[in-house]
Amino acid sequence: MADITTAEKSPAKLTKEVVRFEPRIIGFLCWWCSYAASDMAGTSRLKYPPNVSIIRVMCSSRVDPAFVMRAFAEGADGVLIAGCHLGECHYVSGNYKTAARISLLKKTLAQFGFEDDRIRLEWISAGEIRKFSKVITDMTEKVRNLGPLNWRENFEPK
Amino acid sequence: MEQPKEKLKLGVYWAASCGGCDISMLEIGEKILTVDSLADIVLWPCIADFKYKDVKAYPDKYIDVMFFNGAIRNSEAEEIAHLLREKSKILIAYGSCSYEGGIPALANFYSKQEIFDRAYHESQSTVNPDRIEPKTKHTENGYELYLPEFWETVRKLSDIVDVDYFIPGCPPAENTTWSAIEAIVSGQLPPVGSIIGAGNKSVCDECPRERKETKIKRFKRPHEYVAPDPEQCLLEQGIICLGPATRSGCEARCINSGMPCRGCYGPCADVYDQGAKMISAIGSVLESEDGEEIQRVIDEIMDPAGLFYRFSMSHSYLLRRRLVGAKEEMK
Ligand code: SF4
Ligand code: SF4
Ligand code: FES
Repeated sequence: MADITTAEKSPAKLTKEVVRFEPRIIGFLCWWCSYAASDMAGTSRLKYPPNVSIIRVMCSSRVDPAFVMRAFAEGADGVLIAGCHLGECHYVSGNYKTAARISLLKKTLAQFGFEDDRIRLEWISAGEIRKFSKVITDMTEKVRNLGPLNWRENFEPK
Repeated sequence: MEQPKEKLKLGVYWAASCGGCDISMLEIGEKILTVDSLADIVLWPCIADFKYKDVKAYPDKYIDVMFFNGAIRNSEAEEIAHLLREKSKILIAYGSCSYEGGIPALANFYSKQEIFDRAYHESQSTVNPDRIEPKTKHTENGYELYLPEFWETVRKLSDIVDVDYFIPGCPPAENTTWSAIEAIVSGQLPPVGSIIGAGNKSVCDECPRERKETKIKRFKRPHEYVAPDPEQCLLEQGIICLGPATRSGCEARCINSGMPCRGCYGPCADVYDQGAKMISAIGSVLESEDGEEIQRVIDEIMDPAGLFYRFSMSHSYLLRRRLVGAKEEMK
């Protein structure tokens, strides 16, 4: 995955550059709610960090746990899954399945040595643009504090 | 079966395995006599004394069909995998360990040092006051002795060398072994890289139990609870059964004996990560529309990683527990 180059530069470059860790987060957003919120947050010029690469899905239940694992295996430091509030899924019960899957996935990933904050499930409706920017900001900071995951480094070169 | 012009040269080898795969080859019963009339055994450490130097002396591609069972856990298995690849026309990963890591790959939830600590220091039956651990090299009276290097991570055979065919199962069921042998002897093999001897559906497709679309209220472990309905799907009765995420071919032999499927035939066709698929399947069958209830039921699932990756750790996206950068308390 390409690096994000948003290293904070000190004003006017008077002192040495402070390069901080920029986490790479994959965000799977449901088209009907959370993706709409991200769209509106953009048009409303709300600010949030650029660390989340968004992948639009039709429903949060489209997110196979394999997508999340593969994202981590291929270099992501965090994965966000966001969908409609419970009871508001456009496919009636999709997000209940998501709730069960992500909860079980978190439990499984904990056994693989993942910190809980690396994977996050949120319900964000189309209108909740402030919540959207808050979730992105908060998650970026939490994953930044955890540091890089570097999953591939767990293996001897073979 | 039609007699090939020349007798086939057959080999069987074990790496990190329990010996069950070797025994399972005999489960084909009297058909082993047919195999004997069609083939000569040129390597099979479990039943006869062959030395590595004998194998090294064979010309390249001398062995027609090589059944390799066991996972790759140390440098010896790696070396022999390369040697047997060179000496064999068809190399087959036989059984779950060779195909997908199997039970030995559950060690990937630990580090090498943790395994050594447990095996050589902590286990109840160990007395080792001098804290001796195996070394890869030792000199005694001027002689140098070597042991293979123990790896941090257990691998599947196809991570080391090109594998022609895969036969799943822990161990492969008799019908699986036999239909694979038939395909080999008749020369009717599918494209290289295929699974042979097993099916292309899921264990649920072969299972006699019935799905009734009932809501799951709780999960219990098989030793805590006997599912009351002998006809209903075990998963629906709250026993985790890996049927939906597991390849068919064994004729649902565990379920027919009253136990849930543990997933030994590996992921279904077109699925790479069996554990991820099982998590997905459990999300689908809960049928609850109450967030708290969902959480409560999920909380009851013990050791999900060990359950969902019991046989397929080396055939998963994550492959092992984290070593680099993991916080101390998680170890
Ligand atoms: S989940 Fe298990 S018991 Fe249920 S149908 Fe599938 S294989 Fe049979
Ligand atoms: S039912 Fe499952 S665990 Fe049992 S033999 Fe078949 S695939 Fe293996
Ligand atoms: S449509 Fe948004 S979560 Fe299902």
